[in-house]
Amino acid sequence: MEMPPSASATRVDVPRALKDAAIAGLLAFGMFLPLIGFRTYQTMSNELALEGRPGLLAIFVGLVMAASLLGSLVVRPLAERRAAMRKPGASVHAARMRATIAKWFTPFALGFMVLYPFMVWSFAGTQGSVKWIDNFGIQVLIYIMLGWGLNIVVGLAGLLDLGYVAFYAVGAYSYALLAKEFGLSFWILLPLAGILSAFWGILLGFPVLRLRGDYLAIVTLAFGEIIRLVLINWVDFTNGYAGISSIPRPSFFGIPFNADDDGFAAVFGLEFTPLYRTVFLYYIILGLALLTAFVTLRLRRLPVGRAWEALREDEIACRSLGVNTTNTKLTAFATGAMFGGFAGSFFAARQGFISPESFTFVESAMILAIVVLGGMGSMIGVAIAAVVMIGGTEIMRDLDFLKLVFGADFDPTQYRMLLFGIAMVLIMIWKPRGFISTRDPTAYLKERKTVAATFVKEGRG
Amino acid sequence: MTNAPILTVEHLSMRFGGLVAVDDLSFSAREGEITALIGPNGAGKTTVFNCITGFYKPTEGRMALRHGNPAIFEELAALTASSLRSRHRQDGALYLLERMPDYLVTQKARVARTFQNIRLFRGMTVLENLLVAQHNPLMKASGMTLFGVFGLPVYTHAEHHAEEKAAKWLERIDLLDRADDPAGDLPYGAQRRLEIARAMCTDPVLLCLDEPAAGLNPRESAELNDLLLSIRDETGTSILLIEHDMSVVMQISDHIVVLDYGVKISDGVREEVRNDPKVIAAYLGVEDEEVEKVSSEVGL
Repeated sequence: MEMPPSASATRVDVPRALKDAAIAGLLAFGMFLPLIGFRTYQTMSNELALEGRPGLLAIFVGLVMAASLLGSLVVRPLAERRAAMRKPGASVHAARMRATIAKWFTPFALGFMVLYPFMVWSFAGTQGSVKWIDNFGIQVLIYIMLGWGLNIVVGLAGLLDLGYVAFYAVGAYSYALLAKEFGLSFWILLPLAGILSAFWGILLGFPVLRLRGDYLAIVTLAFGEIIRLVLINWVDFTNGYAGISSIPRPSFFGIPFNADDDGFAAVFGLEFTPLYRTVFLYYIILGLALLTAFVTLRLRRLPVGRAWEALREDEIACRSLGVNTTNTKLTAFATGAMFGGFAGSFFAARQGFISPESFTFVESAMILAIVVLGGMGSMIGVAIAAVVMIGGTEIMRDLDFLKLVFGADFDPTQYRMLLFGIAMVLIMIWKPRGFISTRDPTAYLKERKTVAATFVKEGRG
Repeated sequence: MTNAPILTVEHLSMRFGGLVAVDDLSFSAREGEITALIGPNGAGKTTVFNCITGFYKPTEGRMALRHGNPAIFEELAALTASSLRSRHRQDGALYLLERMPDYLVTQKARVARTFQNIRLFRGMTVLENLLVAQHNPLMKASGMTLFGVFGLPVYTHAEHHAEEKAAKWLERIDLLDRADDPAGDLPYGAQRRLEIARAMCTDPVLLCLDEPAAGLNPRESAELNDLLLSIRDETGTSILLIEHDMSVVMQISDHIVVLDYGVKISDGVREEVRNDPKVIAAYLGVEDEEVEKVSSEVGL
């Protein structure tokens, strides 16, 4: 029987796969040799000694080679066969299914987020659920909100901002300082922190108006560092490295969450547990995140939002149509910064303690990674990316199962960033333009069709 | 009968370092007419466009655009002496384009332009492209975004109106069926038409087209001619165009200005320019056989 040419093309090429695996193994050996192959430790006489770890190195190199073999012998042929077997009607069916998923995803996700604390409560009990609501739920929601805020600047307006954490810091310090100094309540300071951050957004916006691309990225990066260094060095004002502690916590309409007689638990006749505050904080950040989403979705359908996207697509064309690009950029910076400020003041209120350590460049990079990974401009994509990245990191805090593979003296927490990096690389290979790369049009005459990623620009600045 | 000028360009010079791209150019574009700016490659045509539309600040020269009564040109000397950008009277207004930044040239003086290499918002739909063009009236209607965020009827009404206007233009350029497709997905000729429609959505008094027929096939070229003539006749918008395609230039332009090395070498109605030996020499080279060849092409 004669094989059709497409089938013979998918035949597995074993020598080639072996060669690829050997190359991958060699690369992994070179890379992991200094990282994993050696460990430094202090001897009894306080000397630094080097200890070789050939076993662990071999395991890592072996894993990489196995992954390479698996990829070329199993995954790629399977994918190719499936692509070859795909019937003409199948893509229509898949598209319809995707549309159904897209339609139900948002209400389902919203419902899940609203019910999340109660589900955790019923599964993990009062003691166990604090960790899951606080470290997982609240943490993820903060980053969803930050991602959505940065998405306005990077995703919609196409302005690469590497210093977004500066606005987060401004919001946090605004709340902390004003609350401690003047005793104002969270709900008054929240909008105030947003306004202050927006003001700083405009302040950053002015000097960078004429910059694009790499230059813009560098200046925003510097801006983030300047804010952090000011926070460190202006000790009289910010208390420097030591940070600000015992920041007032938000209260439930004036009722504090404590074990006193006028505390939340006592007033409502409940047994005291720190869980109430955690749940309350969870709903505050959920509300703030949804506010961000709502405002962004609204703004996208307004002339200002369309001008942001037009700016990302082609700045010169924008100007030729009478769009004031200066104002457009400044509003993007200010709006994005404002949401960063909201998130910052919430962060300060939730932690009760802030220091410049929380506002390093890594945070900016993390938020930017969430936006890029999620798909620039896509709200749902950014939310998914935040869950994967932040939720993933939190889960990776307990990597005890890895001890089964690498032996009992293996410390999994040290490999968090490595796994994290591998996960990001894999996601970018699988979805180079982020989880959701299509664009939803903001207006339509007859039919709302999503715009394929190939047409959408990433913005040059 | 000749119409009154809508745009006068006087002694316009543009130098980039030592390079003189445009040298002491004066011409005018008349209201309700199609004025063509032609010349060999590198003659400085696009530079003139960039000066008129505010993308370049000219080294020297004055560019005045009027709205309303032609008599407003009386004010030109007074306006030039002042440091203002524009002068308004009951019966019209006068703008000095060299004093305005690019976006105000479109927003206030209402000069719209297209680009030699099409600059559509490719990732936005055809309809959205036309809505961005109506940014300024929509921005006003949305109360600088404030009314819009709360979804007030003032804004929803204005947006509906803007969509209707966009639909009207799409019907005119025969792209109504593709209103909800990304602009980058359109074929080349349709992108050219869309860019013209987008410029028209800014309600210009003067439409500047930079090589609108470049890359079009003869049928599309003919359609473009009809579109430009209908814009001139129905909306009263004056048109200034740069073009290499002689079939377009000779068929539709009322008035032709010829540039060579940044200097104006001829200026007049079609027949005058066509018979001008300087134009033939500059545009077609001085070889006799080439002159003959192209003369026959343009129907001399």
